[in-house]
Amino acid sequence: INGPGGDMQWCFSQVKGAIDDDVAEADIISTVEFNHTGELLATGDKGGRVVIFQQEIENKSQPQFRSEYNVYSTFQSHEPEFDYLKSLEIEEKINKIRWLPQKNAAQFLLSTNDKTIKLWKISERDKRPEGYNLKEEDGRYKDPNTITSLRVPVLIPMDLMVEASPRRVFANAHTYHINSISVNSDNETYLSADDLRINLWHLEITDRSFNIVDIKPANMEELTEVITAAEFHPHQCNTFVYSSSKGTIRLCDMRASALCDKHSKLFEEPEDPSNRSFFSEIISSISDVKFSHNGRYMMTRDYLSVKIWDLNMENRPVETYQVHEYLRSKLCSLYENDCIFDKFECCWNGNDSVVMTGSYNNFFRMFDRGHRRDVTLEASRENSKPMQVLKPRKVCAGGKRKKDEISVDSLDFNKKILHTAWHPQDNIIAVATTNNLYIFQDKVN
Amino acid sequence: MSGDNEDTQTADETTLDEKAPVQDKVISPEKAEEAKLKARYPNLGNKPGGSDLLRKRLQKGQKYFDSGDYNMAKAKIKNKQLPTAAPEKTEITGDHIPTPQDLPQRKPSLVASKLAG
Repeated sequence: INGPGGDMQWCFSQVKGAIDDDVAEADIISTVEFNHTGELLATGDKGGRVVIFQQEIENKSQPQFRSEYNVYSTFQSHEPEFDYLKSLEIEEKINKIRWLPQKNAAQFLLSTNDKTIKLWKISERDKRPEGYNLKEEDGRYKDPNTITSLRVPVLIPMDLMVEASPRRVFANAHTYHINSISVNSDNETYLSADDLRINLWHLEITDRSFNIVDIKPANMEELTEVITAAEFHPHQCNTFVYSSSKGTIRLCDMRASALCDKHSKLFEEPEDPSNRSFFSEIISSISDVKFSHNGRYMMTRDYLSVKIWDLNMENRPVETYQVHEYLRSKLCSLYENDCIFDKFECCWNGNDSVVMTGSYNNFFRMFDRGHRRDVTLEASRENSKPMQVLKPRKVCAGGKRKKDEISVDSLDFNKKILHTAWHPQDNIIAVATTNNLYIFQDKVN
Repeated sequence: MSGDNEDTQTADETTLDEKAPVQDKVISPEKAEEAKLKARYPNLGNKPGGSDLLRKRLQKGQKYFDSGDYNMAKAKIKNKQLPTAAPEKTEITGDHIPTPQDLPQRKPSLVASKLAG
């Protein structure tokens, strides 16, 4: 983290996307995800498109040139639909992308919109066959009478072609809007969660899915909370968690029963009732939940803070980090302009020592758990010279504004960083502004 | 940075919200914001996280309330003269409820993502 004696200095590496201020709605980035090795970086957008970047092999002879991410494949994952039966417009926006661990030469990912999950296979073709017996090179069939000998076709190299093909379509299992998908550590199953239900799928089977959580009340008038995110434990294939709009997290064990409506653990921080306000429940709604890589902790993001929970302690988080506390005295306007409902995501670094999340004004925040340091950085075109070191930013909550500080009232609430991702091993981060993808790297790599 | 900031209060923060009532005791910034909101919208219900807000969230994307709504609209149109096409296809109130034929056929983007450009 930047600072006196700080050991991480973040530098600009690349930015993807158009420069113009007029952003088409389809170009709004809706999800960012590294694969398990960090070699591939996938983005999804509101237009239903997926773009995958691949890290180039580092140029060992010129170490000052860092490995870059270049376009590897792009395809239309989902299309807009209209459900006439329910009179529902189904957006093509990609809500989440999750990679499967690599098993063979091809790469697989799951992408989902509000209603349908798809399994995509991304494969490389760098050879083509030549020397068929029955066909000319252009595909025309030969006159069989002219064939007098037999030969074995050979494979010759060709320019690399990357093909994406939909291998499975998991449809019609969600009445409400899908907010999460999570691949199980067993590599055979995955879960999908909507506002009220969570389903368990087998990657090979598309015509059925098991419902494992159902919080829909018999009478919808009694509805008090919805599911906001869900994730499988990274190692224990029987364990998953889901978060709610009331700020609680439930951990469930699939060995306990087929329907996991009864949680095994309930994580909730007690609230001082005298502090309760109109906004309390809204800002306590959890927008993202992520297990640590080591599987011992989980992190939750609510509107103003990031909390780290020890899975063995349900009654309060072990760490709480304020992302933008200065917004607490702006809640009225943030409610009026709907910003209070923005869903920020969060992520861990490879060794679980640092966590990161986004904020407004294209700011993003990192919290170093071990060194108890935090920093605010900005993703902007002004700081996009090659290898330019990012300067820490400071927001002035009130009173006298120092030079280089920005006042709360000057923050641009239309510039939100909702999606960020951290390379699984290295200090490389991907930060999505509205329609641009920034890649930053640690200077001392 | 850990700790609960519910009680953070400085003199500067109270001067920022001009509509907060002057009080003898110190109120949290959150409660001050709540007072501001209630002053602007006196009819706001007391349970914001309750049923109404959640059901609005669940119904995102819905064009008709239900099939009954849709059929009523169709019946109304049959009895009257066929109305001229609604000037704004997105308006979904009263007699301007669109039929499936009126709904714009949304096609996927034919343009490639600018991230790949």
